[in-house]
Amino acid sequence: MNMLAARPTLVALACAGATSVLVALAVGSVVVPLADVWDALRGERSSSLAAIVLELRLPRALTAFAVGGLLALSGALLQGLLRNPLADPYVLGVSGGAAVAALTALVLGAGAVGMQVASVSGALLTLAALFVLARRALSARAVFADDDTTSSVLLTGVMIAALAAAALALLLALAPEGRLRTMVFWLLGDLGAANDLGAALVSLAVLAILLPIAFALARPLNLMLRGDVAAFAQGVDVERVRRVLLIVAALATGIAVTLAGAVGFVGFVAPHLTRALAGNDQRVLLPAATLAGGSLVVLADTVARSIVAPLQLPVGVLTALLGVPVFLWLLQRR
Amino acid sequence: MKPKTALVCRNVQLRAGERTLVESLGLSISTEDRWVVLGPNGAGKSTLLAALAGVRAPDAGAIECDGRPLTDYNVTALAERRALVTDRWHDPFSASVLDTVLTARFRFGAGRNGADLAGREIALAALAALDCTVLANRDVRRLSRGERQRVAIATALAQETPLLLLDEPISHQDPRHQTRVLDALRLLPGRTLLASMHDVNAAARLATHALLLAGDGTWHAGPAADLLTASRLSQLFGTGFVALPAGDGKRVFAQEHGDASL
Repeated sequence: MNMLAARPTLVALACAGATSVLVALAVGSVVVPLADVWDALRGERSSSLAAIVLELRLPRALTAFAVGGLLALSGALLQGLLRNPLADPYVLGVSGGAAVAALTALVLGAGAVGMQVASVSGALLTLAALFVLARRALSARAVFADDDTTSSVLLTGVMIAALAAAALALLLALAPEGRLRTMVFWLLGDLGAANDLGAALVSLAVLAILLPIAFALARPLNLMLRGDVAAFAQGVDVERVRRVLLIVAALATGIAVTLAGAVGFVGFVAPHLTRALAGNDQRVLLPAATLAGGSLVVLADTVARSIVAPLQLPVGVLTALLGVPVFLWLLQRR
Repeated sequence: MKPKTALVCRNVQLRAGERTLVESLGLSISTEDRWVVLGPNGAGKSTLLAALAGVRAPDAGAIECDGRPLTDYNVTALAERRALVTDRWHDPFSASVLDTVLTARFRFGAGRNGADLAGREIALAALAALDCTVLANRDVRRLSRGERQRVAIATALAQETPLLLLDEPISHQDPRHQTRVLDALRLLPGRTLLASMHDVNAAARLATHALLLAGDGTWHAGPAADLLTASRLSQLFGTGFVALPAGDGKRVFAQEHGDASL
């Protein structure tokens, strides 16, 4: 699909994103009429409802969109880079590293800010470890046996993720009883603490920086899907593209995990849904998957905090509960 | 007029682990020559193609393309000089055959809205040359091995490079398409070819020059008529070949039963 043919799909997905945010502002334990939502957004603080919309729901909806967009972008990039449809943002262990650091901070008594700092540091440290451990596969000029380089990056990442999973199990076993619930929610992916409009806007800004970087490399990535040697022979600087996009994917994952914990499945299913709708041209897939992932998490989080209100469910449970049936349906239909 | 040299190897050594596949290879490939590389499995044919394509550095010696060392070329400059057809293809996600061929147009940059109209025509012409026109809208993952191989060759043609490097380009072709591929390659105007092959008769039909790699470091290079003889082929492959008359003064090679080394 070329860019012209894809334009309606992208416009439709952008509308879906905007609609999902509006729904998230209106729906919850208290239903706010759309007219009041509109007034609140225009700054007319006429009612107490405006406070709910602006101070609780808006930061949460925007954070949810950023988290979904970042995870979907990361998943789409990794599925392409590793040429593996099973890849997701967690496959390289970056989120595992972030989770270990964040939960260690929690166990040691850190607050929300401390956890966020720890989470970002954990993600970056894990990324650095990945680059050191997989340096041969990442730095060698594409070799003729071109299956080997991506699979050794993948295997290194899977092993880092396994190590992180073991460390997390250890943390959960040792953690004091009182903190267990917070830890489990964090691991499942939870937006309950996302009530800071500033943080929400910063995360959207990060997404707005990472997506164009990825998009600029979408054409070479298209070629790399057919193998590193073929792409190299056609003029792609395989080594550079792979490094830049791995860093973009890892940063996106690390930041999403910092905001909402390990929200499952969206980074896997959003690129697949988009691929089924719009094809596999990365120039279309990357922005489309980002929009789809953002919308999906906003809607899932709206359901998560409404369905058993005033109780709230972790959004990660909902993304999987919604995503898995849709994905299986798609797979059956194909 | 003396033809220009497209590719020169000076004292090239190629190794695979502890084994030396090619030792002190000296080769001068003139423009519009058609070279075939023959040799037993594991003799270093694919390794040599990779080295000539700049994918892999030779273990010793130097390779020059158009008079400049290959190491001086950046990835874009290489893509302007040579196209490479490997014998393995990755299609992890579905894509149309035409879009696959269009990947070869990367070096020309994106047109408006990413649509490269001239590239599209060139891609369709390349598909037509290889009897793949009817495949243009098919999913590349639903092709047979032979069809996928012809699409890979069409992709290399669409890159519009003066030099084409092909790793066993007819290994999956039925007899009719084997002829079709050989004709398409032979009739390319102004291009220099180097292709590895196992079919000695196909090699004789295509080649102006031949390079025989024994796999133990030794090699022979020269005009095809001198090197593609029954005795040399028998020695190279360790199995008996005879040349039989095939009408209109031509000969075909037939393999004798049994092992020449016994």
